[in-house]
Formats: sequence, C-alpha cells, structure tokens
Amino acid sequence: MAITPLQDPPISKRLAKNIKRNFIERIIEIILLFAALAATFITLGIVYILVTEASGFFREVSVIEFLTSRQWSPLFEDAHYGILPLVSGTLTTSFVALMIAIPIGTIAAIYLSEFASHKTRESVKPILELLVGVPTVVFGYFTLLFVTPLLQKLNPDLPTFNMLGAGIVMGVMIIPYIASVAEDAMKAVPMHMREGSYAMGATKFQTAIRVVTPAATSGIIAAYILGISRAVGETMVVAIAAGQQPSFTFNPLEGAATITAYIVQVAMGDLPHGSLGYQSIFAAGMVLFLLTFLFNILGHMARKRFAERY
Amino acid sequence: MVKDKMDSEFSLIKPKTLNEVRAMIRKHKRNDFIFSSIGLLTIIFALLTLLILFVDLVMDGYPKLNYEFFTDFPSRRAAHAGILSAWVGSSLIMLVTFITAVPMGVAAGVYLEEYAPKNWFTDIIEINVTNLSGVPSIIYGLLALGLFVYTFHLGQTIVTAGLTLGLLMLPIVIVSTREAIRSIPIAIREAAYAVGATKWQVVLHHVIQYSFGGILTGIIIGMARALGETAPIITVGALTFIAFLPPAPISSSAPFISFEWLHSGFTVLPIQMFSWLSRPEHAFHINAAAAGVVIILLTLLMNGTAIWLRYRIRKNIKW
Repeated sequence: MAITPLQDPPISKRLAKNIKRNFIERIIEIILLFAALAATFITLGIVYILVTEASGFFREVSVIEFLTSRQWSPLFEDAHYGILPLVSGTLTTSFVALMIAIPIGTIAAIYLSEFASHKTRESVKPILELLVGVPTVVFGYFTLLFVTPLLQKLNPDLPTFNMLGAGIVMGVMIIPYIASVAEDAMKAVPMHMREGSYAMGATKFQTAIRVVTPAATSGIIAAYILGISRAVGETMVVAIAAGQQPSFTFNPLEGAATITAYIVQVAMGDLPHGSLGYQSIFAAGMVLFLLTFLFNILGHMARKRFAERY
Repeated sequence: MVKDKMDSEFSLIKPKTLNEVRAMIRKHKRNDFIFSSIGLLTIIFALLTLLILFVDLVMDGYPKLNYEFFTDFPSRRAAHAGILSAWVGSSLIMLVTFITAVPMGVAAGVYLEEYAPKNWFTDIIEINVTNLSGVPSIIYGLLALGLFVYTFHLGQTIVTAGLTLGLLMLPIVIVSTREAIRSIPIAIREAAYAVGATKWQVVLHHVIQYSFGGILTGIIIGMARALGETAPIITVGALTFIAFLPPAPISSSAPFISFEWLHSGFTVLPIQMFSWLSRPEHAFHINAAAAGVVIILLTLLMNGTAIWLRYRIRKNIKW
C-alpha cells in the first residue's frame, strides 16, 4: 500500500493562522505588562495622595513650624503643628524594640546557621515563619494586658500606657523577622570559607564570629535595617498600648503617641474631608513614608551587596 | 627588608608548650560550648515567651468561646456580644481581596519572570515591587482613604476595604509567583518551544502548572496577612459597632446574585478585637481575648498550610 504524503494546507492559510497567533500573543503580553505596571501605579498613587493632601496642610502650616515646633495638637483649640513629638515617640518605641530584637535576633541567627543540628533548624525555621504571620493587634493585647501589668509590678510608677511595654513587645515581634533574614545571609556564605577556617584549627565559635559574620555583614545589616523599618511603621501595638498623647520625650517610661498611633487616633474619629485635622494625618503619613522609604532603600542596597559578593 | 620584617614578626610569636596549647584548646572549646548554650537558651526563651503570651490569651478568652459568640452581634453588654458581623465582614472582604489581588499578582509575576526585557523600565517595576512590600500597612490605608473613599467615591464600604487589602497583598503574590517560576528549569520551556508552542502556551500549560504549588503558598500567606491587618482598615473607616449583616449575595428570587453587599458598611475581626480592647471594662477584654484566639487560630492555620505546602513541594521536586 502506497503511503500518501501529508497534505499541507496552502501557504496563505498557514500565514493567516500565524498572524492571528502572534496577535493574540501580543495582546496577552500587553495585559500582563499592565498587571506588572500596577505596582508602579500603587507607588505613584501613594506619592500622589500624600503630596496632594499634605500640600493642603502645608498651605496653612509653615514647613518650619512643622519641623521645629515641639508641640503637636492639631485637633485642639490652641493648635500646634510640630511633628517632633510624634517622631520622638516613634524613635523611642523603635529604639526599645531594636534593643530587644537585634541582640536576640542575631544570636538566634548565628546559632541556627552555624551551631544547630539540621533537625533543630528545620523545626525552628517554620515556627519563626509562623510567628512573622501573627497579626499585630494580638500583640497589642499582650502588651496592654500582660506585659505592662508585669512591668508595673517591677516599677509601680509606670503609667498604663507607656512606650517601654510597647517597645518590648514590638521587639519580640521583630525577632523572628531579623533572625530569619540574618540567617539567610549567613547561609549564603559559601561552605569553603568555613572549611578553610576549620582546616586552620578554628572552632565553630571562632569560625562563626571571625569568618561567617564578617562575610555576611551586609546581609545582617540589611536584616537590621528592615527590622527598623518594620518597627517605625508598626501601628497596632503602639496605638493600643503606648498612649495617645503626643509629647516630646525620649523617656520610654512615659506614654507618647507615635506617627502611626496619631493616624489611627484621627481615623477612628470622624473628621470631615478636607479639614486641617484630616490633612494632618497625610502630612504625618508623608513623614512616615519617607522614613521607611529611606530605611528600605538602605536595606535593599545592603542586601544587594551581599547577594553579589560570591 | 620585607624578609627582615617578617622575621621580626615571627620572632614575636613565642613557642608554646604542649600544656599551653592544651589550655588554649580547652578555652576555645569552652567558648564554643558557652555560645551554643546561649544560642539555644535564647531561642528557647524567645519561643517560650511567645508561648506564655498565647497560653495567657487562650486562658482569658476560653470562657467566651462558645457557639453564641459566633452568632451574636456586638452589644453594649459584654456577655451578649459576639463576632457575627465581624467574621461575615472579614469573609466578604477576603473574597474581594482574593479576586483583585490574585489574578493581578500572578500576571505581574509571570510578566516579570517570563516576558520582561532586561532594561531600565523593568528595573523600575522591580524596585517598586520590593519597595512596596516594605511600605507600612497604614500608608496603604491613607492611599485608600484618599483614592477609593474620596476620589472614586466608593465610600467606607466592603469594596473599599477589599481593594485596600488587595493592594497590600499584591507585592506578596508577585514575589512568591516569581520565586516559584524561577525554580522551573529552562529545559521544560525549551521542550515546549521545540514542539511549536507559543510563549503563552508555554506559560499557561507548563510554567504556571508546575509552579502552582509555590504560587498557592504565596497566596495563602498573603491572605493570612490581609486577614490580620487592622491599621489600613481603620483608616478607610471600618465601623466598630455593627449590628446588621450586609445584604446576602445570593437570593432565592431573580436575578439571584446581588452585589449590594459590596457597598455595605462593615467591620472585621481584628477591628472588633481592637474596639473591645479599647474599652475600660474587663468583661470586654475577655471578648477581645476570645476574638484574638479566633484570629490567631485562623492565621496560624493558613500560614501552617502554606509552610507545609512549601515543604511538600520542596520534597517532591522531580528535576
């Protein structure tokens, strides 16, 4: 039986099909491109909203007063518009948090990366990831009803709303984050560097401190900076437990509002759209955005350096 | 001259006796042991602290966790207050969030990994995505307040809240989609191209299929985060006391499906907890603890599923 060759369709038909195919491919690519552009639109949207709403605020309030006055009371009869008290509150709570999170997070990262057995690491890492996911409002509950009463037993003068308790809980909250980013950085240090060190007779501790940690420095610094950024932007813990009264102080034993706590406080009330009080949360938000933006950029720069090193 | 210097440096190192060397080794081994003990203790201490906090929460909230708690509206009397409107609100908002963030996030991830040319334009998009995941959630709330509530006039409604959380979740979905896609070997794509598949066919039939598990992990983690978010929802104007349910999405008469619920006022679980926590009476703090237990269990369940899924995928990888 003779084999009949496959009959090809005429050239014009095949071309038509290709054109259709290419056209659909292009359309899909454009749709996907627009989805990717969404991220850019969100950033632009944030900047646009913050700038337009805050510009209304700065038409009424001079930038100099905003940056230098030590009083923040936009909702009172005798209104003052100095952002410094909110910034000092934010920095104080973040500082307390970092004093807890950086040492513990670093030690935990070194231990997990260099000392822990495979089994320990494989069981602790998922727990850390789970803890990163715990909603912050729950940590607010812990602060107000567990940690602060405990601290008040040690120091009876401590007010119910204070920056110390909020800072401590925020620190505990950030530990898993810092530990896991720093551990990733240490894991990225190539094994032959450790082997070289061991071959010279160094112990695990010497290798960890003198070889691995210096090699992973930029990654560890990235972990710290991203931790700072999280502490600065943290909202619910401070809104619940650090106090609502803006005051220019760096004493963690007092209560003070942070930038985020102020925004929550105003948003809970019902301020008319376009009023100065309404615009003030956008001015405060802009300061917060710039602060975290700065830290994020620094963090990613540090991270990029460690990624390119080896 | 260099040789002289080296000689003099070497002569500074005194030869050690065997006992000195032994003492040195002992000291270093002791340091090793001390540090590894400190490390282990630190981790145990941190985990124990968190465990105590959770146990405390469960103990506080336990008496309130009964059937009525899930079927009662909030009330002025703590004993009768429940989370009905909160969990219904949370579920509906999660639905809107899912529908907006997932297709967009996956599409963006696919574009960046499979289509995007290497140029400054792509770099800008990438920098934006990484930067967005570091923006504090309350800033998203301000964006939503200015954009959705007052520019698009969507009001303080479920659709506004869902979109806000969708924006928040977008970077998480994009990043996890990209990571999942990146782990697929190039050979798979080449094989598909070799039999004449177009780019989109390769992506749809192979790349997305094989990275599905990884993408799902990211979606679940993002949804868990959206569920627990409080600050942006407060900013767009969630109500703290709601004693009604949004109109049902499905009705028994024509046209059967209604979208009125999108424009309803709402409250969500974390906001309900926050509002009870802000009250001075202790009875409401018990309600807050019970709501906290519900939130924690839900997020732990979701995140746990995601982590388990990732572990399974890592184990089952065939290439």
